[in-house]
Amino acid sequence: MSLGDQLLQYLFTGITIGAIYGMVALGFNIIYSATGIINLAQGEFVMLGGMMMVYLTAIIKLPMVVSFFLSILIVTAIGAAFERAAIHPLKSPSVITLIIITVAASILFKGGAMFAWGKHTVSLSPFSGEEPISVLGATILPQTLWILGIMAATVALLILFFGFTLTGKAMRACAANRTAASLVGINVKTMVLLSFALSAGIGATAGIIITPIALMNYDRGTMLAVKGFSVAVLGGLGSNVGAVVAGFIIGIMESLGAGFISSGYKDAIALVVLLLVLFLKPSGLLGSRERAEFKKF
Amino acid sequence: MLTIRNLRSYYGRMQALKGVSLHVEEGEIVALIGANGAGKTTLLNSIVGLVPSLTGQILFLNADITHQSPREIIRMGVSLVPEGRQLFAPLTVMENLTLGAYQRYRRKEKSKIKSDLDTIFERFPVLKERRSQVAGTLSGGEQQMLAIGRALMSGPKFLLLDEPSMGLAPLIAAHIFQIISQLHQQGTTILLVEQNAAAAFKVSNRTYVIETGRVVLQGASEELLHNQEVKRAYLGREYKEVWE
Repeated sequence: MSLGDQLLQYLFTGITIGAIYGMVALGFNIIYSATGIINLAQGEFVMLGGMMMVYLTAIIKLPMVVSFFLSILIVTAIGAAFERAAIHPLKSPSVITLIIITVAASILFKGGAMFAWGKHTVSLSPFSGEEPISVLGATILPQTLWILGIMAATVALLILFFGFTLTGKAMRACAANRTAASLVGINVKTMVLLSFALSAGIGATAGIIITPIALMNYDRGTMLAVKGFSVAVLGGLGSNVGAVVAGFIIGIMESLGAGFISSGYKDAIALVVLLLVLFLKPSGLLGSRERAEFKKF
Repeated sequence: MLTIRNLRSYYGRMQALKGVSLHVEEGEIVALIGANGAGKTTLLNSIVGLVPSLTGQILFLNADITHQSPREIIRMGVSLVPEGRQLFAPLTVMENLTLGAYQRYRRKEKSKIKSDLDTIFERFPVLKERRSQVAGTLSGGEQQMLAIGRALMSGPKFLLLDEPSMGLAPLIAAHIFQIISQLHQQGTTILLVEQNAAAAFKVSNRTYVIETGRVVLQGASEELLHNQEVKRAYLGREYKEVWE
């Protein structure tokens, strides 16, 4: 393999994991926008999605397509139940209380998954074949195309939802000004519920599509959440375009770093980027100053 | 149309309203004046259900709305233009107006919403011009028009305005008061909170003066305008001029 081929190969790998990080970051953004909370259980939704998919296809033996949608549905319901059980009953909680609750939820989900499915790593067969496609001397797995396609579809649906539906606009209104939102008759608490359900669903989707490539395990969620959070911050918290772009940036940096330096440093790269962003430009790449004014921290 | 009996509102352990009673008849425009911290905004917020702990009674069209949620109260036809406008700053003018009719979209009143939107664009041509502009980038006067427009989108029978002239240049404030008079002439009942007492007297039929959580004076705006005490405290006349 020449250097050029190698570079191209790392680029493809980077884009694949970058897409997943981007989706995790989208989940962070949606809840952050509606509530101002950083949901640290976001990574667990990803893990639950992957584990649920494996459980439904391998143990219950449901068809792939049915399992795909059923897994997303179940994790969405878990996200909604989490909001109703732990966030909704609080009268006027501080942001830090809410964040600590999400930490507890993340530990709970992790423990629950370990009890239900054990500690071993599970795998899932790719959606369509394992024959790599060769492009300009490098290879792409068909699953990569699935990942990119599903991510593009998710982003497109989100743009349509937030830009053109009344409910989507109402969610943005809640993010912009909660008092005003309740003054026009929007039920803010319902919008919070919806944001948790939505980001759980997106997290689960990411978990399902990554499992055939990266495998899944009960404690994979934490690291994915760290990466996703770094991506969300790099892109500018609340900016969905930023999340996608930053996902690819961190994904590619990580795979280049793993390939040319050492795979031992792989996980450090996202954290270094996170620190650099926080030191140099806390509003992120695409987070505008105007947006930053609304932020609580 | 609106009757308030012995309303007491609390923020935590602090009591902001200490037994306020007032009423607004249908077709009236009533002003509420008072110094900073007198409880004017609290009163309006209490009416629309934003203050969670209150005792007393608020009747709207003979229905008790004291402990209803803001959603229920808006549905009944009460709409508040809040202090400081409270627009959805990152959303466009059009989106702000659309969300003003949020409750009515939920009830599928599409054609009525459309005709109301046309009326609002007729009244505020500048909003039509700027409908795809982000609300946060409008000038102060335009923002106030948008805030009024958004409140009108819910099709209210009763409009509450909280300091609509705040932070506006005198000429623009005059224009806003003109709009308020027009709305009144077209049959909207209005409760207006103002710091600018002179303008409030001019535009309203009756006035309540509120001080530290209590109504201390009430009467026809005409009469209050010539009341010595009001002149001294709210119209900024010199102490000497009044007493000599």
